[in-house]
Amino acid sequence: MSDEMTTERGPGLVSSLGDVARRRFESKSVTTPVQGVGLEARGIHAWFGDRMVLEDMSLDFWSGTVTALIGPSGCGKSTFIRTLNRMHEFIPGAAMAGQVLLNGEDIYSSGTDVTKIRLKIGMVFQKPNPFPSMTISENVLAGLKLAQLKVDNKDDLLEECLERAGLWNEVKDRLSSYGGSLSGGQQQRLCIARSLAVRPEVLLMDEPCSALDPGSTLRIEETISHLAASMTIIIVTHNMQQAARVSDYTAFLLSDGGPGKMVEFGPTGEIFSRPKDIRTENYVTGRFG
Amino acid sequence: MTTAAMVKPSKPWQASPRQRFNSALVYIAAIVASYVIVAITPMKGKLAYAFVFFVAFIVFDFTLNLFSRGFPVAKDAIARAIVAAGICVAVFPILSIIATVIIRGYHGLHIGLFTHDMALNSVTDPVNQGGLLHALTGTAILVLVALILSVPLGILTAIYMTEIRGRFMKPIKFLVQAMSGVPSIVAGLFILSAVVYPITKGYSGFVGSLALSILMIPTVARTSEEVLLLIPNDLREAGVALGGTHWRTVAMVVVPAARSGLVTAMILGVARIAGETAPILLLTGGGDKVNGDPFHGPMGSLPFYIWKSYSVGTPESITRAWAAILVLLAIVLVLFVSARLLSERRSSK
Repeated sequence: MSDEMTTERGPGLVSSLGDVARRRFESKSVTTPVQGVGLEARGIHAWFGDRMVLEDMSLDFWSGTVTALIGPSGCGKSTFIRTLNRMHEFIPGAAMAGQVLLNGEDIYSSGTDVTKIRLKIGMVFQKPNPFPSMTISENVLAGLKLAQLKVDNKDDLLEECLERAGLWNEVKDRLSSYGGSLSGGQQQRLCIARSLAVRPEVLLMDEPCSALDPGSTLRIEETISHLAASMTIIIVTHNMQQAARVSDYTAFLLSDGGPGKMVEFGPTGEIFSRPKDIRTENYVTGRFG
Repeated sequence: MTTAAMVKPSKPWQASPRQRFNSALVYIAAIVASYVIVAITPMKGKLAYAFVFFVAFIVFDFTLNLFSRGFPVAKDAIARAIVAAGICVAVFPILSIIATVIIRGYHGLHIGLFTHDMALNSVTDPVNQGGLLHALTGTAILVLVALILSVPLGILTAIYMTEIRGRFMKPIKFLVQAMSGVPSIVAGLFILSAVVYPITKGYSGFVGSLALSILMIPTVARTSEEVLLLIPNDLREAGVALGGTHWRTVAMVVVPAARSGLVTAMILGVARIAGETAPILLLTGGGDKVNGDPFHGPMGSLPFYIWKSYSVGTPESITRAWAAILVLLAIVLVLFVSARLLSERRSSK
């Protein structure tokens, strides 16, 4: 594609993504006030072996908002999101520096019960991963069993979680069939329902729609919008339309061959319509990346 | 009528009648050549026919393909012929063993085999007297005790190697692989010197099971390890991300997801030991009576019964031995087929 063509297309795309983000912002600001800082990342660095993959990320995630992390592959988005609920340490050779504060307390301070942290900060993965040995209802309630939590009424919780994940109507008649029998999009919403059952304050989503078709993607985006009222959501996405549609704030990460760094952070409307950094503008207009 | 209904399905990639005629000609030429060459040379016997047929087939097939389709196709034909010959060499002995066992064993089959033991009969009695019951129950008890001992140990070893991946993972992996090559007589002698002489001082089914466990644990551990490695890492991460501890995630997510594969591992372990003879000869003492107590007294088993009957050497006892071999083979076959069915059900899910 020639340079002229991209330049011509560029501003059009910027303004249309900006419009999408603004429409969302206007519809939302009336209904949900921002509730204070839920999760704060302070100077996060991450390494795999000797290689630094993430440098000095500091970000505040406000309660009741959706924050999107965008950037090209390999810029450290997924690594960053995994440091937020201590899943980073699962990879052999991983190391990190910095603090992650949940309600003001560092989740990495010694003596912290890491399983409690992961209960408060849930995660939805890139590939739908329902537990194959469990039925739909067992999948939703798996977190309770895994973390040995007690609830008074499991049926109510089951319905509530599936309802919030936008799956209840599709599966209410076959709760005892296996999770693997659902379609990919339904499986992913089942995984969202499963994360909701332990009542997390923060939900991390690592490219939750990258393996799904547009219809399922739309359903999940609706789910995200519903959930955002009551929790902090952080979503990694490669799809800039999606970032514009669902998020309140957007962070743009970039790696120039070395560790990934945050280039720009701001309200989603600003990032897509008036980016301050030329690299952000190039990325959101599709001129590179 | 739509056009789709008028179009006939065809398979243009299949061999044309002419090509099929040519390859039939190659077979016939090779057969004729093998007869002629064996007749005019001093070579003798079935093996000579097979060998000459194989060489002649390769030569004719190569020539035909070289002239009709060129050198690369001809090379391909040689490779195909060698692979086919390899399969025949590998499969023929197995089929031959099965056929021999069936032909020689079915004379000795009668319903009494499963209802009588040999307490009141000797192996030289007529074939329709006495039975295998003591050997069947003995083998069942030996295998069951070995199963109880080695399945938990084997699966836990596999979990250590795949889930915990501790500091000793490498040496343990090496040991398990080395152990699966241990000759069974060594396991028997080990139990004999470590348990029977110093402690029990006598035959029993239990010490036999101990020796069988030594042979079974590596099989169960290796197969379970392979099965657990197939479980996608996503599931482990999902379990931990839901607030489960490492152990609870393994117990509630990973192991249930691998359930049918672990059952397969168990069955393969049983098939490995069901026919083991050497440690049984050393440790269980045989016996002609049904013995339900694994801790006291000699205990019969199928391999022991086969060995004993065959070593007597009378026509009746040899028929008994072949019948017992047939029963043992059938049991192992059933185990393998059920293992295969279970693992197929897993992969189709």
